[in-house]
Amino acid sequence: MEGFLNQLPIGLSIGAVLLLIALGLTFTFGQMGVINMAHGEFIMAGAYTAFLLQDWAGRSAVLVALPVAFVVAGLMGLLLERAAIRHFYGRPLDTLLLTWGVSLVLQQLARDLFGAPNVQVLSPTWLQGAIGPMPYNRLFILVLAVGSVVAIWLYMSRSAQGRRMQAVMQNRQLAATSGINTGRVDQRTFFIGSGLAGIAGVALTLIGPVGPTLGTYYIVDAFLVVVAGGLGQLRGAVIAAAALGLLNSYAEFWTNASLAKVIVFAVIVAFLQFRPQGLFVLRSRALT
Amino acid sequence: MTAVLEKPTQKLAPKEPRQWKGAAVFVAVAVVALVVMPLVLEPFRLGLLAKYLCYAIVALGIGLAWGQGGMLTLGQGVFFGLGGYAMGMYLKLNDAGGDLPDFMVWSGVEELPALWAPFGNPVFALAMVVVVPLVVAVALGTLVFRQRVRGAYFAILTQALAAALVILLIGQQGLTGGTNGLTNFFDFFGNDVAAESTQRGLYLTVAIVLGVLYLGAWQLVRSRFGRLLLAVRDGEDRVRFLGYNPATVKTITFAISAVMAGIAGALFVPVVGIISPALLGVVPSLELVVAVAVGGRFALAGAVLGAVVMGYAKTYFSEELPDAWLYLQGALFILVMTLAPKGIVGVAAALRDRVRKEASA
Repeated sequence: MEGFLNQLPIGLSIGAVLLLIALGLTFTFGQMGVINMAHGEFIMAGAYTAFLLQDWAGRSAVLVALPVAFVVAGLMGLLLERAAIRHFYGRPLDTLLLTWGVSLVLQQLARDLFGAPNVQVLSPTWLQGAIGPMPYNRLFILVLAVGSVVAIWLYMSRSAQGRRMQAVMQNRQLAATSGINTGRVDQRTFFIGSGLAGIAGVALTLIGPVGPTLGTYYIVDAFLVVVAGGLGQLRGAVIAAAALGLLNSYAEFWTNASLAKVIVFAVIVAFLQFRPQGLFVLRSRALT
Repeated sequence: MTAVLEKPTQKLAPKEPRQWKGAAVFVAVAVVALVVMPLVLEPFRLGLLAKYLCYAIVALGIGLAWGQGGMLTLGQGVFFGLGGYAMGMYLKLNDAGGDLPDFMVWSGVEELPALWAPFGNPVFALAMVVVVPLVVAVALGTLVFRQRVRGAYFAILTQALAAALVILLIGQQGLTGGTNGLTNFFDFFGNDVAAESTQRGLYLTVAIVLGVLYLGAWQLVRSRFGRLLLAVRDGEDRVRFLGYNPATVKTITFAISAVMAGIAGALFVPVVGIISPALLGVVPSLELVVAVAVGGRFALAGAVLGAVVMGYAKTYFSEELPDAWLYLQGALFILVMTLAPKGIVGVAAALRDRVRKEASA
């Protein structure tokens, strides 16, 4: 029973990180049909941002890094969108391969800049300790994810920009004919989505070391969250991320780490038998 | 999501008019591969070429599934690995000669696991090289395509499968050799596996298998089934409205490509002398897709060409400029996707057309 309780914070915090990563993916995928494999490297960029700020901000680096990493990763995403991806809209498979090339370059760049070995970001002293089975650092990640989701939800439902974003996601042509500058909306979506990956990177520094391939460990799982949650669906992403995080940690707990991924994969394929398009689907009359 | 209709990526020619030319090129390449190369190349280089040809077999399958069928499979490493491990398990048991394979002794396994026992029989092991990838691909394909899960979803699922398999293999140290995989082979069906003559024989075998599979795939593409496959790629729903079941067409094609990868994996093991998780994960699987894109995904020859070219490029650059290889690979890839989505074959065709036009003008 104690082991069971101990897995709960691990599963939830992994789910929270997956959620932060998957939010960006699900919006760029849902809105622009872009599969961004370089998204994982934005996570890494966020984590290294915290590492660099450590010299200056010491143990509070994590707090300072949150907004900075958001902007750094967001700008990287914006640059990628402007420079390359916008020529590939509506060709998801091609963007997947293109951005994988970008991700290789960014990984090697990180290796050259920061060295191949992992580095450590010291977490703030006030995050040491725990309430019951929930360590403060994992609780912090959870709060961070919940806060981000609330902020995104408010942005999307309350602000004019967010409503334009929803409009483009639901029907690009109609949104364009209604006078929405869809290119501008795409850029904003990319900035926010990539920025969230940066925040996820900062969160990851609290639970592990930082290395050039940090992003690759999470990107595959984050894509599974997108598939299971449904494209561009905030609710779907939240539920799928929590479920996947918990499933991962409990499958590891009950069987062993090596079988867990296979079980998760099998569960997702089984789930797609009932909901081929994920938990929630944007209703449309289009055939595909 | 707005319905962005993908443009048909390739025009259908009614009938290939220059068939004899293709046949001539094929024969010429076959002569070079089977006669010239073993005479010209030193044993080490011939071994490298054999390795690239193994990859070319996987690439051929990717060309079929992705180029012709529109299914971007990012998990061909899985099938490559299944075939490779089936072969590796037989070779290990054969070398051990009734004892436990060496790595099992090191990881403290005391009794041969039940999973391993039948692989002592070469016929069973060779059958499994084909059967296991086939079964996995048919099962996954049926489940996924039946529910009309397609495009990027399919790509993500195959990638997740590759990631899961690697973790599984690494975790089961006593069963699979863990990170090291299966290696240290000595005997290959009565021959010393490291001997020059064996390696030359293996090279010829790989080249012939590739040639035969290529002809088979080429026939398949030209057949009615191949036309249907192209139609599914360019307009799956229209095909469904015509009364065909696209799921069946896709599952069959995916299974064929998986079997090709399995055979390639089985040949790879004696040629290179190892099969390990690092050779079949997400990155190696993607690298092969990259190779197919570089060669030209819409032509089967492009897939094969791409695998060989990228294989040589990787060896050359990681010897000469190890730090720059990832930059080069990434940059090459970005350039190919933006400037020449049809790859080397597409660029060659465009050049040929331009020369013709200038000649006729």
